[in-house]
Amino acid sequence: MRRPGVLASTWVLFRKDLLLEWRSRARINALVFFSLATLLLFSFALGPDTALLRRGAGGYLWLALLLSSVLALGESFRVERENSSLEGLRLVPVDTRAIFLAKGIANALLLAALGLLLVPVLVALLDVRIVLPWERLLTIIGLGCLAIAAPGTLYGAIASHARARDVLLPLLLFPILIPALVAAAKGTALVFEGDPMGQLPSWIALLGGFDIIYWGLGVVLFPRVIEE
Amino acid sequence: MRRGLEIAAVVAIACIFAYAAWVGLVWAPPDREMGDVQRIMYAHVPMVQMMLLAGTINFVASVLYLFRASWKTDAIAEASAELALVFGAIGTTLGAIWGRPTWGVYWAWDPRLTTVAILLVAYAGYMALRRFVDDPERRAVWAAVTAIIIAVDVPIIYFSVKWWKSLHQVQSNPRTVDPQMVHALRWNISAFFLVFIVFLIARYRIALAARMRETTVPEAVQGTRQVVAS
Repeated sequence: MRRPGVLASTWVLFRKDLLLEWRSRARINALVFFSLATLLLFSFALGPDTALLRRGAGGYLWLALLLSSVLALGESFRVERENSSLEGLRLVPVDTRAIFLAKGIANALLLAALGLLLVPVLVALLDVRIVLPWERLLTIIGLGCLAIAAPGTLYGAIASHARARDVLLPLLLFPILIPALVAAAKGTALVFEGDPMGQLPSWIALLGGFDIIYWGLGVVLFPRVIEE
Repeated sequence: MRRGLEIAAVVAIACIFAYAAWVGLVWAPPDREMGDVQRIMYAHVPMVQMMLLAGTINFVASVLYLFRASWKTDAIAEASAELALVFGAIGTTLGAIWGRPTWGVYWAWDPRLTTVAILLVAYAGYMALRRFVDDPERRAVWAAVTAIIIAVDVPIIYFSVKWWKSLHQVQSNPRTVDPQMVHALRWNISAFFLVFIVFLIARYRIALAARMRETTVPEAVQGTRQVVAS
């Protein structure tokens, strides 16, 4: 029997992850309410100064996504660990890199959906205006969520097998993600407030570079992470 | 014999270190603008350099481990990560103490400062990972993967912070360096380097011994003597 290619297996595994997600919908529900609560908390922590809140909106969006991502990533490997599904996946003659790609893309998609959901909330809650074209915001959310998902999936796989995994994942992930957080928050703020200096392309390029580097590293290193 | 040589080497290094401290604290002239505060530089610069050296060793050892698994490279990686954390933390603290009278603030969002601070947090995570994984082989692989991810991040952090800061005025720090100061700095860098090597070897031995204890068959099975461990 011919071994299926990486892309074909990635597609099958990706659909499996989405199907699991869709059947329970528990994770996405929890994430939506968690991120909404986070956004509300930012507003209360900073006081009812609308101008101040609006200026920080880009940062709050990405902090809410970052905090939610820890829950999402932890959960994404908990389901694999619970019934030793990951062992099962490894027994199937499938390229392990496909597991990384499928999980990573599924996580990025979930986070991006969450990000898109939070934007109207920001508009309503913090009186944010989207000054630049919509596509720019979509690009930043897409690239930013891919940036969280690549090292996040790698570390999720590691942390899910360690002791104190809930502590370990953010401890490993947050410092690494700081460049992506800076770029994404800054880019989003520019979309909200206008970009007279033309800085947006360089932030998008930084996010893109981060994505290329960490998706590449993930594909190379992930097989070593889950090997026995 | 070997033990005696080692003790002699450590004593010699301690003497060199004491001499370098004297050169930096007494012999070198005080700075015209900053006065004696500038003398912090003789400890601050070497320590941060040793942190960078430790980070490089950590990265190289981790890559080597992934290519060819060996407890030795794993032990070097563990030792160097811990040294990076220690030297980086003390070096950064010294920098902050120097910054208060010179810049007027303990902390500035300067790209170099910020990169080092993020790096320290990242290495703290790395050390936590090592504590939280019980299986030594998995721990070694995962730590190596983490070390590579951290090392790759360093230039990206630097550039992102640099761009992020570019809206503000970056603090300039012009320094005309007296030859005597260069001399003092060179002595101190050498002294700290020697201390670093001693620490590295000592920590490497501890790490390797710990790994051997974890991986060898329990001594009770071999029938020699009972292992008293909880």
